[in-house]
Parts: sequence; structure tokens; C-alpha cells
Amino acid sequence: MSFLEIKNLSKKIGNNEVLKNISIELEKGGFLVLVGPSGCGKSTLLNAIAGLMPLTSGEIVLDGQVINDLHPSKRDIAMVFQSYALYPNMTVEENIGFALEMRGVDKSERGELIRNVAKTLQIEHLLSRRPSQLSGGQRQRVAMGRALVRQPRVFLFDEPLSNLDAKLRVEMRAEIKSLHHNTDATIIYVTHDQIEAMTLATKIVVLKDGAIQQVGTPAEIYNHPANLFVADFMGSPAMNMLKGKAVSSNGTRQISIFDGTVRVPMPSSVTTQLADGREVILGLRPEGITDEGLVDPTADAIAKVDADVRLVEPTGSDTFVTATLQGSSFTGRVRADVPIAPRERFTFVFNLDKAVVFDPATNQRLT
Amino acid sequence: MSAAAETVSAGSARTARIVIYSLLVLLALVYLLPLYVMLTTSFKSLAEIRGGDMLALPRDPSWEAWTKAWGQACIGVTCEGIKGYFWNSIRMVVPAVLISTVLGALNGYVLTKWRFPGHKLVFGLMLFACFIPFQAVLIPMARVLGIFGLANSTTGLVFVHVVYGLGFTTLFFRNYYEAFPDELIKAAMIDGAGFFKIFWRILLPSSGPIIVVTIIYQFTNIWNDFLFGVSFSSGAESPMTVALNNLVSSSTGVKEYNVDMAAAVFAALPTLFVYIVAGRYFVRGLMAGAVKG
Repeated sequence: MSFLEIKNLSKKIGNNEVLKNISIELEKGGFLVLVGPSGCGKSTLLNAIAGLMPLTSGEIVLDGQVINDLHPSKRDIAMVFQSYALYPNMTVEENIGFALEMRGVDKSERGELIRNVAKTLQIEHLLSRRPSQLSGGQRQRVAMGRALVRQPRVFLFDEPLSNLDAKLRVEMRAEIKSLHHNTDATIIYVTHDQIEAMTLATKIVVLKDGAIQQVGTPAEIYNHPANLFVADFMGSPAMNMLKGKAVSSNGTRQISIFDGTVRVPMPSSVTTQLADGREVILGLRPEGITDEGLVDPTADAIAKVDADVRLVEPTGSDTFVTATLQGSSFTGRVRADVPIAPRERFTFVFNLDKAVVFDPATNQRLT
Repeated sequence: MSAAAETVSAGSARTARIVIYSLLVLLALVYLLPLYVMLTTSFKSLAEIRGGDMLALPRDPSWEAWTKAWGQACIGVTCEGIKGYFWNSIRMVVPAVLISTVLGALNGYVLTKWRFPGHKLVFGLMLFACFIPFQAVLIPMARVLGIFGLANSTTGLVFVHVVYGLGFTTLFFRNYYEAFPDELIKAAMIDGAGFFKIFWRILLPSSGPIIVVTIIYQFTNIWNDFLFGVSFSSGAESPMTVALNNLVSSSTGVKEYNVDMAAAVFAALPTLFVYIVAGRYFVRGLMAGAVKG
């Protein structure tokens, strides 16, 4: 039985349906990431779980108990806010201890709990400071300490890293991950950053316009996106979407792309027979389009494509190359030391093992 | 236009400075002149005042007029000076300021952090109270005070000032709390703090500047109020401003300008004190409302 269960949750603000029939389950100790573009309702959903916003309909069940009508303080849930929401008039110690104080934990016990948490987060030396005297990363730690000290049933994180600079963000991301490993906490985490979602989650929920697009493990979401939106949203650079048609020649199923100038084998993810001439969209991640030296030696279905290079973006470890053929462009990833320059002709290798195919009419993935 | 004309040269900057400072000094003198005349006159004897040189320093400064204004001057039929009225004013202004400030803070808290349907309308109506001319409410208010049995009492004046101060104090606190992050309130709710705990522990400790602004504003307004004082109180219950008027405009005997001036300075002292003590917070608080951060 799942630890946290959200059943058919809907939320209307005026006539605007911000959450549409959301159902999610999460096991104890799971790390659920809600991801989606701004305005998709992910923060609203988090607020609803926290009890800061009433639901229009649906149920939230935590550990077998319906918590819909429980006051936020009675849900045994802790939340880390994007702005950290540290009480400016209190010291770090008072900030961390505030929830305990409100729950009537006596002073000596409180002090011990605060010190333990401060030790875990390495902020012992900051306990007597005020939030205004802390750096962004330190504030972030205090905010986490405030949640941790209560040992709640569920942790909610609302875009906790988006106010940090890039380097610190990566550091804190790793820390949150190891925190999850060490404490076995159940975490729900909201972000618009798909890399955070991929690296942290045991389960990802992709939201768009208040509706769930896909629920799955990071690998499922990345390798088998349910529809064009998920495929496009997850992964950077984005997945290449190539218009094509299903064809068959001599009994082998193929897709013709680039206005019929190139034929590639039908990806193995499609098991049904597609009618000849049926329009499809071939989705191929940049790492599936490489130079000849970087081809996965275990790949079954590959195809070579010559195309005109338009843009070369070296990242240091590899180089992203944007090329066009017959008016449609795609991005591939090649080795950093391959000599390649714009306006050249280059031979790319398409690895179709990991390719997916979508129906342009419904935007859903074809299987 | 040449490049030189676009940047300010050292010479013209100094000229500008001189102009600014001489203007400031001049205006300060204009504003300080009445105070100077009041103070010097209060230390002069009547004979010297009649001599006519208003701007001259007192030849033989004495506290006589001050002690008389405080303890012996005749106001109406009693000749006990203004001290009784001074305490009347204190007894009126302290509770009125405290009550209206606390209620304004609570209103601001509810109107920004515990919004209910129609909160905008309620705030609009309270704001409207700021624009009602006081003359328009004198008669209804007199009737209400009569019904409550508060007519001609300091308690009645406190009530009137609390009611008419609420619009302003609510406006001050609402605008201040509007900029206060909602996430802090949410965090406190999740941490288990209730309505008053959040107000007392989270909001109020961060409200220093706006509390000072409100107190100064309310204190000066209520202390200096004449209309309500003269309408809703009489005789020994009058506040300072009314008594001062009675003292100055009583027409029996010789007009004692030195006593009038000393009494006027007494009347102005508390507001002066409040400004000097809290003035820098006042400016800071006004700025805090104007620009965020």
C-alpha cells in the first residue's frame, strides 16, 4: 500500500481549472518530483498537499488517513520554500526550533534536537546569527534544518534551489540527494528544472496545464516519453522531432524522413504495424545522433545521414552540432575532438535503438 | 552639445551646493522664526513686550510666565493653569494612540494575510473613512456618545479618536504587510503557529518602522486635534488644545502674551518630543513603504 495517495484531486480558482483530476501514489521513502513549465499547477499541487489551499474535489490520503480537512500544522508535513521563508526577526537557532516550540517541546530537548540537525547540515557555527547575515547557500541549509528537525512524515520542497547560483545549485542538489539516502525521508519536490528532476527523483510526475502528462521513473520518462510534450520538456538539448512517413520495403518496416530522401529502420519501440504512408514524428535525442566514432557498438539499428552543419556548440566534454537536411534541422552530439565547422557536410550516424515514434495527430507515442 | 556641458564641472557643482544650502538655511530661518518669537516672548515681562521689539532677546529672562501658565493662569472660571488639561490630553492621547495602532495592525494583518471574500470592499470602506471631513460626523457622533453615556468624558474622546484613526492606521499597516512575504505566514502555519501567534511572533517583530510611523502620526493628530475636543468635551474635561484656546481668547483684564506663549510651548512640547525621539524611524518607515528592500 502506498504511503501517500492523491486521488482525483481537482482545484478550481474561479472558472479556471488549475488542477485537473490528479491521481498520484508514492511509497514510503520515495522521492517524487513534480516537474513542468511555469503555470502548470505544480506549486498549487504542493500547496494543496501542505494544506495551504483548499481542494475543490478529491482526496489526499497520508499513511491511511484522509488529511483533506486537517490544518497544515496537524498534517505532520514540513515544507521548504523557494524564498526559504526564514523568520527575519529570529536567530537561526530560533528559526529551526520554532516548530518544536509551537508543539510544546521543552527547551533542553529542543536545544539537543537543534544541535543534532545543525551538525548534520554543518551549520552549527551559524546558530546565533540572523537570516540577514547568511549567504544564499547557508539560508538554504537553515530552511532544510527547519524541516528536518521535526522529523515529519513528508517533506515538501518548492523549487528550493532556484535562488542559488549555478555552482551552489549543483552542490545542494547532491546534498539533498544524499540527505534522502541517509534519512529515508519521503519527499515531494517541485521544480521546473528537468535536470533536477532526473537526478533526484525515484518517481517523476510531468505536469502541463494542470493535467498529468506522465508518471514514471526518470529512465521511463527519459527513454519512453508518453507524448511529444514530455519528450520535448525532458532532456537538454531537446529531443529532435523529425517528420516522416512509415514505409515498408521487402518486408522490413522503415521510416522515411527528410522529405523521403533518407530511410531509417523502424525503431524497435514500435511493435504495431503502421500503415504504409502514415505520417509519424520520429523522436531522437541528440545523443542518438553522433559522429561515426561515437556510435554505440551494441546498437542494432543505425543509419548514416549526410547533412549540412549550421551551428557548432562545444561544451568541453562533447560538441553539440546543429545541422539541416531538406529544410529540417536536428541536433547531434559528437566527440569534442572531431574537426567540424559550420557550412561543412558531415556524416552523422542515427542510432534508432533509443528512438521513439509519435502520432502527429494525437501527439501520443506509438508503440 | 559638447561633452563638457553634459558633465557637471567641479565649479558649477560648488555653486549649486551654495545655492541649495543658502536656500535651506533661509527656509529654516523662516520656519524657526515663530518658535523664536514664542520662546523669547515667554521669557519677557509684560512691560518689555509692550515695548514693542518683538525680535529682541529678553533683557531680564524669567520663568514667571511659565509657572503661571502651568499652575495659575485663569481658564474660564478656574485659575489653576493648564496642567489639568495637559494631563487630560495625556490621558486621552495615550490610550487612543495605542488602541488605534493595535487595531490597525490587526486589521492590516487580516486584510493581507487572512483574506476573505470582500476584503477589498472592506478595505475600501475603511480607506473612505480617511476622506470623510470630520465636520460631517460631529452631530451623529455626539448622538452616539450620548447613547453610550460617554458624552463630555475623556473616554468618549478616546473612543472618537480610535474610530477616526482606524482608517489611517489600517491603511498604514495594510500597505506595510502587503509587502510582507506570504511564504513566512505559510511557513509559520505549517510550523504550527495560530492566528495570534503568527501576528505576535512573526509579523509584529518585523513591524518596527511602521509602528513608529503610525504612533507619530496618530500622536500628533490626536494631540493637536481641536474640533473633536471642543465639540465633545467642556470645562474641566477639555483637552490641552481647547484649554489653550480658552486661555488665549479669554478677554478679561490684560492680555498676557508671555503666559499665552508659554502655554502654547507647553502644548507643543509632547509632539516635539515624539518627533525628536522617533523622527529618524519616521523617515525610515516612510521610505520602507516607498521602496522595497
